[in-house]
Amino acid sequence: MTKSTPTVGVVGAGVMGTGLAQALATTGHEVILVDRSEDVLASAERSIEQGLRLARLLGAKGPREDRGTVLKRISCTTDYEGFERADFVIENVTEDWETKRSVYERIDPLCPPHCVFAANTSVIPVTRIAGATSRPDRVVGMHFMNPVPLKHTVEVIRGHHTSDETLRAAARLLAGMGKEQVVVQDSPGFVSNRVLMLTVNEAMYLVHEGVATAAEVDRIFKTCFGHPMGPLETADLIGLDTILQSVEGLYQAFSDSKYRPCPLLRRMVDAGLLGRKSGEGFFSYAITRP
Amino acid sequence: MTTHDNKPAIRAFLAQYFGEHRLADDADIFATGLVNSLFVMQLVLFVEGEFGMAVEDDDLEMENFSSVDAIDALITRKRSAAVSR
Repeated sequence: MTKSTPTVGVVGAGVMGTGLAQALATTGHEVILVDRSEDVLASAERSIEQGLRLARLLGAKGPREDRGTVLKRISCTTDYEGFERADFVIENVTEDWETKRSVYERIDPLCPPHCVFAANTSVIPVTRIAGATSRPDRVVGMHFMNPVPLKHTVEVIRGHHTSDETLRAAARLLAGMGKEQVVVQDSPGFVSNRVLMLTVNEAMYLVHEGVATAAEVDRIFKTCFGHPMGPLETADLIGLDTILQSVEGLYQAFSDSKYRPCPLLRRMVDAGLLGRKSGEGFFSYAITRP
Repeated sequence: MTTHDNKPAIRAFLAQYFGEHRLADDADIFATGLVNSLFVMQLVLFVEGEFGMAVEDDDLEMENFSSVDAIDALITRKRSAAVSR
């Protein structure tokens, strides 16, 4: 890698991709944001602009860089235009193997040989992703937490073939974004999701069985353990559809019944109650007028 | 433009997030540790929507949004600026 700040392709302009593009552009990286849908890209641009606007209220320090200057570093495309210049690609498409595989098959021939692919996944094995490319040594997992601009640590996953050089490149990129990493081995759900998803799923069973209300479950975690957010509030923030996919992913990966999704979770996803992004999940996020 | 009390609406908005923690009007919202990007965005949208004003980039500093009193002062200041323009 010759450039001091790598050019980064960000695939998928959902919540994670949007947060990533903002965090990368704020730290001086050129970003190529790609999504299948023009509408999604347009709304990503709006949220990035909003995110930059609100940065000060969220504790951003230092001089305020002109929003226009930061936004100019981000180019949006639906057809991977510019990926031949990418030093790094961070993929954030939905946690579905077929969807992910089609992305890697598309970008592998487009990107330069030195380009590292980072899968922002929380559940799909990095080694499997690497197998869909011609550069398994240059594929690494980077599990970013939401909201990306505010979270200082990233779970980095070493796949079976991931080289030391790739891990160093990943560490450099993250350091350039002002973030630290914890490197773990490739195992379904890694560390974070294996514990978190099971916790959240079990919290849902408690609500499902009528043992406690969602608010009571969360209060116990917040006031007894000092967690800033309870498990169900966390689930609403992540998105219940993503939680369901993750729990199902663990279930398939381990063939272990302890990862069976709570029926209430399934019902809520079927009902379109996805958490904060839909305005209602275990809690309501609608603004009620006094 | 008649002056009216902005505080009940501000308190009602904050109560949705802070539930049992009844915040004093001068209590620092950011010190509660409950503030996240989604809340901040909702708060700014609430001020813009409820009080019909555009919050400028320069207004988006913590001290303008740190308490019921601070938000009230920001709204009052912006209203009088709009009237005198």
